[in-house]
Amino acid sequence: MSTLTDPPKAQFQLSMLVNDTRYRSLTFQAIAALVLALAIWYLGNNLIQNLRAAGLNISYGFLGDPSGYDINQRLIEYDSQSSHARAAVVGVLNTLLVAVLACITATIFGVVAGVLRLSNNWLVSKLMAVYVEIFRNIPVLIWIIIIFTIMTAVMPGPREFRGDNATSSMLFDLFAFTNRGVYIPMPWFESGFFASGALNWLVVIAALVGSFLVMRRIEANATKTQEKTGVRPKTKLIALGVWLVPLALVLFVMGLSWEVPELKGFNFKGGIKIGGPLIALWFALSIYTGAFIAENVRAGIQAINKGQTEAAAALGLRPGRIMNLVVLPQALRVIIPPLISNFLNITKNSSLAIAVGYADITATLGGITLNQTGRAIECVLLLMLFYLTASLLISMVMNVYNASVKLKER
Amino acid sequence: MKNKVILGALTVAGLAAGAAAAGTLDDVKARGKLNCGVTTGLVGFAAPNANGEWEGFDVAVCRAVAAAVLGDSTAVEFVPTTGKTRFTALASGEIDMLARNTTWTFSRDVDLKFEFVGVNYYDGQGFMVPKELGVSSAKELDGATVCIQTGTTTELNLADFFRSNNISYEPVPIETNAEAQQQYLAGACDVYTTDASGLAATRATFDDPSAHVLLPEIISKEPLGPLVRHGDHEWGDVVRWSLNALVAAEELGVTSANIGEMAAGTENPEINRLLGTEGTLGEMLGLSADWAKNAIGAGGNYGEVFAKNIGEDTPIGLARGLNAQWTEGGLLYAPPFR
Repeated sequence: MSTLTDPPKAQFQLSMLVNDTRYRSLTFQAIAALVLALAIWYLGNNLIQNLRAAGLNISYGFLGDPSGYDINQRLIEYDSQSSHARAAVVGVLNTLLVAVLACITATIFGVVAGVLRLSNNWLVSKLMAVYVEIFRNIPVLIWIIIIFTIMTAVMPGPREFRGDNATSSMLFDLFAFTNRGVYIPMPWFESGFFASGALNWLVVIAALVGSFLVMRRIEANATKTQEKTGVRPKTKLIALGVWLVPLALVLFVMGLSWEVPELKGFNFKGGIKIGGPLIALWFALSIYTGAFIAENVRAGIQAINKGQTEAAAALGLRPGRIMNLVVLPQALRVIIPPLISNFLNITKNSSLAIAVGYADITATLGGITLNQTGRAIECVLLLMLFYLTASLLISMVMNVYNASVKLKER
Repeated sequence: MKNKVILGALTVAGLAAGAAAAGTLDDVKARGKLNCGVTTGLVGFAAPNANGEWEGFDVAVCRAVAAAVLGDSTAVEFVPTTGKTRFTALASGEIDMLARNTTWTFSRDVDLKFEFVGVNYYDGQGFMVPKELGVSSAKELDGATVCIQTGTTTELNLADFFRSNNISYEPVPIETNAEAQQQYLAGACDVYTTDASGLAATRATFDDPSAHVLLPEIISKEPLGPLVRHGDHEWGDVVRWSLNALVAAEELGVTSANIGEMAAGTENPEINRLLGTEGTLGEMLGLSADWAKNAIGAGGNYGEVFAKNIGEDTPIGLARGLNAQWTEGGLLYAPPFR
C-alpha cells in the first residue's frame, strides 16, 4: 500500500520569470515599465540640464505680461495691452468656435453623402463616391490652402465696391462678399433689458428653451392620446405658435434692430464679419471630415439587415420614413464610435489654421506668444494640455451619447 | 551585460548633449561646413538664384564667415528659417549662426540668450500701399487691413504705432514674405508692413513696381544683424570680426579687385594687420593669418556686397543712407584692428 505523499512544493527559481508562462508576461511588463520610466527620466533630466547650461529656466510668469500684438478675430475683448494669458484664451475660443462649427457641418455633409451614396440613382451614388474619394485622399492642409487661395483670388476686394462705377455690389444691399471675408447684418437690441448684449441674447435663449419644454409636454400628451384612442391629435399648428409667439414677443419688446455693413474707409464697417480664414478653415475641415463620416454612415446603414427595410416596406412605409424611423436609428450604433474619432480629428486638425492666418490657440499661444517670449517649452506644454483636455471632453460627451443610443439589452 | 550596454549608451548620449553647448568654432572646423540660417527667400538679402545657389546681402555674411574659418566661401549649408523657427534653430544648435534680417532687441539679446555680433543693415519698419488708394501718410491708415509677418518685431511695432496714434487696424498674420506678397497683390490686405529694405526688395519683384508706394513714416529702429548663441564667446568673436573686417575693408579701401596686391604688404599698418602680413590677429581668433583676406575675397568689402545685392543699381535700389561709412555720414563704424 502506497502512502500519499505531498505533491512537491513548487520552488520559485529566478529562471521561472522567463521560462514559466505564469510569470513571463509579468516579467516583460515590468521590464517595459522600467525602460519607459528610465527613458522619461533621461529625457526630463536632459532637458533640465540643457536648460540650466543655457541659463534658462521654466517659468509661466510671462503669461501675465502684456502681449503687445493684435488679433484680428476675437470673441472676447482683447487689445495689444492684454496679457498673453488672455491672448491664449482668445485662441482657445477661436479653436472651439471653428471646431464646433465644423463638427456640425461635417456631420450634415457626412450623413447626406453617406445616405445618398447608397441611392438607387446611379448618377447620385457615383457623384457621392467621387466626392468621398477625392476629399478623403488629399490632405486637409491642401484643401484649406486651395479654398483660401480661391477665395482671395476670386472674390472682389473692398475697393471694388467703392465709387460710382464699382465693379461689385452688395447682395440685397445687406451682404458683402469680399476676399477678406463675408459681412452680414448684425442683430442688436435697441431697448434691451440689460446693457450688455450677451445678457439680452440669454433672454432670447431662455424663451426658446421655454418653448422647447412646452412642446415636449404637448408631444407627450399627443402620444398619450394616440395610445388611448389610436388617433394622434394634430400638433403642427400649435407648435408653430408655441415656437414663434414668445420669440416674436421677446424680440419686439427688446426692440430688435439690424446693423447693416457699410463701406467706410478701407473696409466694410458694422455688421458681423466672418473672416476669410475662418470660412476657409471651417469649409475645408467640414468637407474633408464629411467624406470620412459619409463612409461611416454608409457602413452603418449597410450593417442593418436588408430584412428590416423589406419589413418596413411591407408595413407600407415610404423610403424616406424607412430610413429615418427604421434604418438610421439602428445604424447609429455602428456610426457613433467612429464619429467620435472624426470629431477629435476636426478639433486637432483645426491647428492647421496657421496656414491661413486664423488666430486659433496654435497661432496665438503656440505661435506669436511663443515667438515673442521665447518660452517654447512652457507654451508647447500648455498647448498639449489644452488639446488633451478638449479631446478627452469631446470623447466623454460623445461616449455618454453613445451609451444612450446603443442596443438596450435586458 | 545588456544593462551595461544601456548604461554605456546613456552616458555617451549624456556627454554628447553636454559637449554640444560649447566649441562651435571647433565643430565647424571639424565638420568642414558652416550651417548658416537665412530667410526662406527675400530677393536681395537671401534667395536661391536660377542655378539654385544662395545669394544676397545676408548670404554674403555667411560666406565671409565660412571663408574666414574654412578658407572656402562655398563651404556653407544654408538653412532656410521662418520668423517663427529661426530662434529655435539657433538655440538647438541646428545652425551655427543666423544671418536673417533679425532685429537686435534687448529681450532677444538678454532673455532669449543670444548674442548679436553687430549690425549689417540699419533698417526701420515702413508701410507699402497701392498707389490707387491715394494714401500719403501712415496716419491716414485708420481701419486698414495690414498684412504682417507673424512672430517678428514688426508685429509689436505695428500694434504700438496704431495704438499711440489712436487709430485702428486689422492684422492679417502671415508666415513668409512670399505669402504676404500674394495676399497683398490679391487685395486681401490694404497695406504690407515690414522693414523698409524688405518692402523695397519685395516691390522690386512686382510686375509694376510703380503702382505701389512706400509711405514716408519709418516707425521703428530695426538694426538687423547676424547673431550666435550666448556663451560661446570664441565663436561670437569670429563672426563679429568677420563682419567688422568687411566694414573696415571698405573704409580702408581694400576691395576684391586690389586685395591681391594689398595682401603682399602696404604702407598702412592697419591694412597689414587686417590682411595678416603684420601681427597675429588671426592666431588670436584661432584662425589662419589670412582669415580676413579670405572673408573679404569671398564677396568683396561691405560696400561691394551692398552694391551688388541691394544697391541703387540693382532692381531693389536701396540708397546707402544710414548704412554709409561713418566717414560718409552713415552709421557704419568698425572698431580698430589692433
